[in-house]
Amino acid sequence: MSGAGRPGAGWWLLLLPALVLVVVFYVAPIAQVLTISVTEPEPGLGNYERLFTSPAVQRVILTTLRICIITTAIALLLGYAIAYAITLASPRARGWWILAVLVPLWISVLVRAFAWVTLLRRQGLVNNTLLELGVIAEPLPLVWNEFGIIVGMVHYMVPFAVLPMLASMREIDPRLLAAARGLGASRGEVFRRVFLPLSMPGVIAAGVLVFIFSLGFYITPAILGGGKTLMVAEWIGLQILDLVRWGLGTMMATMLVVAILLTLAVFSRIVDLRRIFGAGG
Amino acid sequence: MDGAYRSGPAGRFLAWSTALYLVLPILIVLPVALTDQRFLSLPYERISLQHFRTVLTSPEWLGSIWQSFTIALASTALSVVAGTLCAIGCWRISRRATEMVRVLMLLPLIIPSIVYAIGLYRYFGALDLLDRFLGVVIAHGVTGIPYVVITVSTALAAFDPRLEQAARGMGASLSQTLRWVILPRIAPGIFSGAIFAFIHSWDELVMVLFIASRDVFTLPRRIWDGINENLDPAMAAVAVLLILFTLLLLMADLALRRRSQGR
Repeated sequence: MSGAGRPGAGWWLLLLPALVLVVVFYVAPIAQVLTISVTEPEPGLGNYERLFTSPAVQRVILTTLRICIITTAIALLLGYAIAYAITLASPRARGWWILAVLVPLWISVLVRAFAWVTLLRRQGLVNNTLLELGVIAEPLPLVWNEFGIIVGMVHYMVPFAVLPMLASMREIDPRLLAAARGLGASRGEVFRRVFLPLSMPGVIAAGVLVFIFSLGFYITPAILGGGKTLMVAEWIGLQILDLVRWGLGTMMATMLVVAILLTLAVFSRIVDLRRIFGAGG
Repeated sequence: MDGAYRSGPAGRFLAWSTALYLVLPILIVLPVALTDQRFLSLPYERISLQHFRTVLTSPEWLGSIWQSFTIALASTALSVVAGTLCAIGCWRISRRATEMVRVLMLLPLIIPSIVYAIGLYRYFGALDLLDRFLGVVIAHGVTGIPYVVITVSTALAAFDPRLEQAARGMGASLSQTLRWVILPRIAPGIFSGAIFAFIHSWDELVMVLFIASRDVFTLPRRIWDGINENLDPAMAAVAVLLILFTLLLLMADLALRRRSQGR
């Protein structure tokens, strides 16, 4: 290439504003979190010792993992059904399906949590309707517990599960499916032995994405958990704002970041992570 | 090949139920907002606009809406300028040399905002940026950069780099090349990024819970307090207004994409 093809120093300057902003106002505050976790209340790994000695800390971690695993599994199942329907739909119907996925994605998470509270609380629309129909005698405990959290979280996560799976399913050549049918496979067999294996990279990418988003989720679990079921993010907030236990809060925040990076590192060996974060990755 | 292979009844049933599960709960806020009662319920006798009136005449709600709007505008400007320049730089310099920069720019999407929020709480305390307009703008602006970097990078992927080389070869300076050759071609990507960065700031709650308290009281913060303290139909009215606003922004984005594809 000639000299005109080689980028000069001017192009590097374009990176400067974003780099300065991100380093000074993003990386530095987060580095501070990691530092506080080993310096307060006293230098050392005392905060991390709590991981092994404190039943309260262990309970929060177990609750979070349980909810995240259940959420990921359900979101993958429902998301797969939608992505599958979109892939096989006619171009006209496809637009409507995609709309049903994208519109919830961009509607405020607070609005959605509020909608679920309206529906699920004791005097909510679901309980009232069931009571009037005589299906139940007592209101069901649908919210302010783990059930409510999972309903709200799955609702938030399904669109994130659909997008990577959809990208992966679109790469499947429809002629393969037709050929398998032509060779005498039943519809179930075509799905199990051709479509499902070919869509697995998308399923794994979607699973990783939903799982890491769920781990640090704050708003929906806080509203639909009603303070009774605590997940890690809300617990960290509680330590810092209400109990002013910076060491413990930042320790858990560090563990959260470590867990997410570890998940990404492990799965980056199996799937291309660019698939997860779109074209910019 | 269409019609050669269709999904079975079980798959179709699951897909339809999921679509209803995604959409219906959001729609429920509309009848609740129109209720004639003073508590969260469906309309009993007639529909009423009283709760919309309550919200649109309340100085608290209007103040928060205005504050959220100005914060979102300012932080979007910050994200768009920094993110666009960065994406162009990364695109021109080559993928390998800027791999680290790209990963750095995507961090705010990966690291949970609660971790960033508690970090900022300390960091801004020392800089005297807590509960200040500027503080929230910086926090939202920095975390909005990834959206712009992604959409602009996507737009640049479809841009022929020889155009840029031709402009430079004919003697255009870097800023002239940027202004006359590159920016006009990637404008739709920039606009998409701006819309996403705007929605990001407009909806953001977790950081605001930590770095703002009294003087800066954004719309999500007021909704959060409303959900936790008094669940009344005015909240549903706010939710409806928010949904309409988001739909409007998304439609603007869609229309713009259509136009740029049609060219």
